[in-house]
This record gives sequence, structure tokens and C-alpha cells, in this order.
Amino acid sequence: MTAQTDASGKKLGMWLFLYTEIVLFGGLFVLYAVYFAGYTEDFIAGAKELDLFFGVVNTIILLISSFCVAAGVTAMQKANKNIALAGLVGALACGAVFMVNKYIEWGHKFAHGIYPGSDRLMDGPPGQNLFFGLYFVVTGLHGLHIVIGMTLLAVSLVLVTRQKITAQNNAVLDNSGLYWHLVDLIWIFIFPLFYLVV
Amino acid sequence: MTSFYQTPEPAGFAGIRSWLITFDHKRIALLYLFSILFWFLLAVTLGGLIRLELMFPGKTVLSAQMYNSVFTLHGVIMIFLFIIPALPAVFGNFFLPIHIGAEDVYFPRLNLLSWYLYMAGGIVAIVSLFSDGFPDTGWTFYVPFSISTNTNVSTAVFAAFILGFSSMLTGLNFITTIHKMRAKTMGWLQLPLFTWSLYATAWVQLLATPVITITLVLVVVERFFNVGLFDPARGGDPILYQHLFWMYSHPAVYIMILPGMGVISEIIPVSARKSIFGYKAIVASSLAIAIAGSLVWAHHMYTSGMSETAVFVFSLLTFVVAIPSAIKVFSWVATLYKGAIEMTPPLLFSLCFIYLFSVGGLTGLVLGAAGANIHVHDTHFVVAHFHFTMFGGTGFAFFAALHYWWPKMFGKMYDFKKAYIAAILVTAGFMLHYVPMFVLGLQGMPRRYYDYLPQYAAGNFFAGFGALCMIAGIGLMMVNLLASLTRERTAGTDDPWGGVTLEWTIPSPPPLHNFDKDPEVMDYPYDFTKVVAAGSGAASMDSETGK
Repeated sequence: MTAQTDASGKKLGMWLFLYTEIVLFGGLFVLYAVYFAGYTEDFIAGAKELDLFFGVVNTIILLISSFCVAAGVTAMQKANKNIALAGLVGALACGAVFMVNKYIEWGHKFAHGIYPGSDRLMDGPPGQNLFFGLYFVVTGLHGLHIVIGMTLLAVSLVLVTRQKITAQNNAVLDNSGLYWHLVDLIWIFIFPLFYLVV
Repeated sequence: MTSFYQTPEPAGFAGIRSWLITFDHKRIALLYLFSILFWFLLAVTLGGLIRLELMFPGKTVLSAQMYNSVFTLHGVIMIFLFIIPALPAVFGNFFLPIHIGAEDVYFPRLNLLSWYLYMAGGIVAIVSLFSDGFPDTGWTFYVPFSISTNTNVSTAVFAAFILGFSSMLTGLNFITTIHKMRAKTMGWLQLPLFTWSLYATAWVQLLATPVITITLVLVVVERFFNVGLFDPARGGDPILYQHLFWMYSHPAVYIMILPGMGVISEIIPVSARKSIFGYKAIVASSLAIAIAGSLVWAHHMYTSGMSETAVFVFSLLTFVVAIPSAIKVFSWVATLYKGAIEMTPPLLFSLCFIYLFSVGGLTGLVLGAAGANIHVHDTHFVVAHFHFTMFGGTGFAFFAALHYWWPKMFGKMYDFKKAYIAAILVTAGFMLHYVPMFVLGLQGMPRRYYDYLPQYAAGNFFAGFGALCMIAGIGLMMVNLLASLTRERTAGTDDPWGGVTLEWTIPSPPPLHNFDKDPEVMDYPYDFTKVVAAGSGAASMDSETGK
């Protein structure tokens, strides 16, 4: 009779779950691919209206946050609790800054009359409606994932301070870290697709 | 020997409440069993109402708007709440860990969470019934209608979204369990075929379910924010919705049928006292179905306006999927050949399965051929075809599994005679119900229509009559099974059929931790030499005759 003994299965389960997340965003990327092929000019025009500065800053922020998480996970494996906590706090701070930037960015778009169902998009060229429709849906869903990822990191943070996560028993931290890297990775694809189209 | 029914109850959680917080895979399986039976019987009733409405021309029992809601509800419940979870969630949960010699699944808490998600999804579906009226879109929620109709599509779609999560988490749990928890001595080619089929199914669940999740999210987003991603007036393409929808929903039919094939692959060798013909071929064909079945989704869309090339490619791939299915059918028949067959209720259901599924599969080729498809597209022919595969296939496999594993799950045997009568009634009713629909479809009667021309009256009358026979048979089956629970525990249910997979080596019902001593894993899971030598026969016991 085999009982659950090792933690390697927890990691396998997490990888399987991450796979489903990739397919989830994959559905949206399929839509992007098809509409980009049909309305290339409109997509390029739409991308010019996005603020490249915010895009670049948010990309750098997420890369830093991923480094923080990776450093934290490695530190925990070496039983270095303080560095692990610092890494998690750093990643959470990056996540918060990312969301604030997103808020400002979306706010600017709304102020310019660009939001789903707005008059400007309804009456403008159909390709731009699709571009901004996809922009809001994809970055919105990604933002939701940032929030979920931050929740997981916060839970890990609490568990580390309470000594529930230790050098030997760190599956929760490991898996939260994996989730955060995935969220980061998805952004790495979103950024060029929306901000760097030429 | 104390069974898992006598688990000590945690303080403050007596009786049913101790079941609601259980992590035991066997208890969770039974929670699923009774909730799934509830939904099944409800959806059967709704299906009966549809048939009753169509039995005579003009209005019979339902208004037209009500009819649209009823066929949508019938489809949504049958697909998301019955066929998809039925075999994996009930019998997979109960027997997968036992089949591989494990104590439980790898993630027991996640397992309970899946059940709660399942129940939550069901409740949300019910809520949508009583708020703005259940959707009248059909279970496919095709745009643009699903975005423009005033009925409560959002809630129903949200229910399907939650149920998708439940199914995905079950799949994730099963894959991890099979990889990480097999008995030390059990290699991949010593797995029982039911477990193999669950493994293939779990991969499809993981591969495909996120696609429906995002599709359903987009429907809700469109309804609330009016983005226009599928609106042709604003650049969108409604065909893309159909692609995304079927990218999940066609693989989903293999989520439904693969575990059913696994059940039949268990019952046939046990009933024939003969090793399964082509163990490796059946394993390979399960995986081949999982892979090829994920590549044929657009054969639902021949008339939607795809390119000729796409139609050709998807038609070809559809024919390819038929090959592994046929391999299984031939393997089952070859297993029976020259076997020492002993008729039992599960075997009778299995034989009906083989016949009905073959008809369903062959008519699938009629639909898969691009030319013939144009003629019968969206007619009653399609309805008859998928009921032959889904109900005649998965439904009958579910009945067979119920009768095969009932004594193991409850330690009680049902009455054989009533089980045979029920099986015959259901099968005869089934034929009378769906065969006329093939004819009606070829004659051109569209599906989902509320009323029809006078020339279709005779076929619809026979179909309605068949439906009544079928419902009577299902009722008898349920009464027979449930009545056995009120009896005393039957002796000799540990291995009533002469099975040799691991679940038959332990007491019925199983003890809390499944195995009291380490299980002995056989080199080959279908070796009946000992059973044949001992001369212990299937069906050597029957609650009535008490032998």
C-alpha cells in the first residue's frame, strides 16, 4: 500500500496546473493571432496609442519581482529565513507597483474615451476595436492573475514567519514561486504583442 | 473487519456531517454517486418531457419558449453534471487508488474541493433557472444569440465554468496519483485498463478544459462589457467562437467515452474468464484517441463557412479517430471468442454497450464525411448519433459499472432478475427511441424544432413511446439497486464475479485504508488461471436465490 510520502507529486501537480493556465491564455492568443492577421494596420495604429513607457517599466518591475521570488525560494532551501522574507516582501512590493501602474495606464485610456463599448471604439475602425478589446481582456485577466499570485506569495510570507514553511517543508513556497514566474512569463508575451507591434 | 462506513467520526461532525468533511476517496466517490444520480434522473425527466412534447404535432405539454429552455437544461445537465463526471468522479475516485494499490489519491483535500465545486456549479445552474429563466441557446451557447438573448446566459455559463474547474482538478489529481502512488511493484503495463483509460481521460481534461474556461469567460465579458470580439459589425468573427468552443467540446466527448471503454475492458475479460485480447493495443488506442480526438473539433462546423481545405483536413482526421475506437471493439469481441462466458447483469449491459456504441461510431462516420454531413447537418440524425455514443456508450458503461462494482462499494447484491429485465427494457426502449430519429433525420427533420410537418408524426410517436419504455427501465434499475441497500449485507460479495484486479482481493466494502497488508501485484493484470482452476464462477451468488 502506497501512502503519500514525498513532495515531488505536489510539484508535478503544480506543473500540470500551470499548463492549464498557459492554455487559458493560449485561447486569447489564438484570437489575437487571427485578428492580427486580418487587421494588421489597425493593430499597429492601436499599439502606437499605448504608452510604451509604462509597458517597459512594468516589464522591468516583473523581472525584478521574479528575481526576488527566485532568491527567496533558494534562500529558504538553505534555511536562510530573513533573506527569504526579504525576497517575498520585495516581490509583493513589485506586484503592487505593477498594479498601480496598470491603474494609471487604464485610467489614461478611459480618459481618452478608449474602453469597451465606448463611442470612440464603436465608431472607429473595427480593427482598433478588436485591438483594444483584446488589450483590455488580456491585460485584465493578467492583472487578475497578478492579484492571485500576490495572494499566494502573501500566504507563503505568513507561513514562513510562523515557521510552517521550513527548509525541509517548502512545497507551498516553491509552488507559489512557480505560479509567480508563470504570471511573469505570460507578461513577457503580452508586452511585445501589444506594445511593440510595428 | 471494519469497513470505511465505520470510520470514527470527528467531534462535532456526526452522521452526514462527517461525510461532508471527509478526505476518504471512497466516501467522496459515494457523495458524487448520489449527487450525480440526482442530476441524471432530473435530466432524464427533462428529456422525457421533450419527447412527450414532440410525440404529437402541435403543442402537447410545453410552450415553445419553455421547450427551448428544457432542451438547453437537458443538455447542460447531462453533459456537465452527468456524463463528464459520472465515471471518473464516481468509479475513478473509488477504484483508481485501489487499482494501483494506494491508500488514497495524491491530493485528498483537492478531491473534496472538486466535489464542492461540482455541487456549487449545480446550485448555480439551478439558481439561473429561477432568476431570469434558463437560457434558450442550447448547451453550445453559440454567439451571437447567447450574447443578445434576454435569458440568464451569464449564470448558466458561470455554472459551466465552475464545473470545468472541478473536472480539471479531478484530472490533475488522477495524473499525479497514477504517477506517484502506484504500488512499488506495479509498472505501467501492469495497470488495469480502467486506470489506463482514466489516465488518458485526465490528460484530455487538462488539455482541453482551460479552452472552454476562457471561451465561457469571453461570453460573460461580452454580455457585461460589450467588447465586440465576436461581433462581425465591429470586426469580430463568430466562427472563432465556434472554433474555441469545439476545441474543448469535441475532446470532451472523449472525456466522456474513454472511461466507459475502460469499464467495458474490465468487465469483458472477467465475464469471459479469459485474458483481455490485445492489452497493449487497448492502452495505445486509449492514448491515440486522446491525441487524435483533440484534433478533430471543426467537424462540427462543416456548414459554418470554413475553407474547403479545412473541411477536408478535419474530415480526414475524423476518419482517423475511428481506427482506435474500432481496435477496442475488435479486442472486446476477440476476448469473448472461445471464452468461458458467464452471463451477469454487468456483462449484459456491456454487450449492449458494444452494439450501441458501434452503431453510434459508424453513424459518426456518416457525419464525418463532408458530403453526407451537409445532408444531415443539424437534423435528428445528429441527435440520434450522439445519443447512441453518449447514452448508448457512456450511459450504458455507467450502468454496467454500477452493476459490476455495486457489491464492492456496498457489500450488498441486487436482484439479478430485475436487473436483467431493466437492462432489456432500457435497451429495447433505447432502440425504439433513437432508431426512428435516424430515419427522421435522413428525411430532413431539423433538431431543436418545437413542431414539425405531418409526415414526421409517425417517427416522433414511436420515439416518444420508446422514450417511455426506456425511462421505465431506468426507474426499475434504480429501484432494484437502491432496494438492495435496505437488505442485510450479502455474504460472498468480496469477489462475486471472479475478478482478479486488486479491488477484488480486499473485503467488500473496503476497509478505511483499502489494504490491511501490502497488496500482491500480479505480473499481468488479467491472469485468470487461478480463477479458472478454482472453478469459482461469476454470478455464483444472487440475492434472490442466495446461492
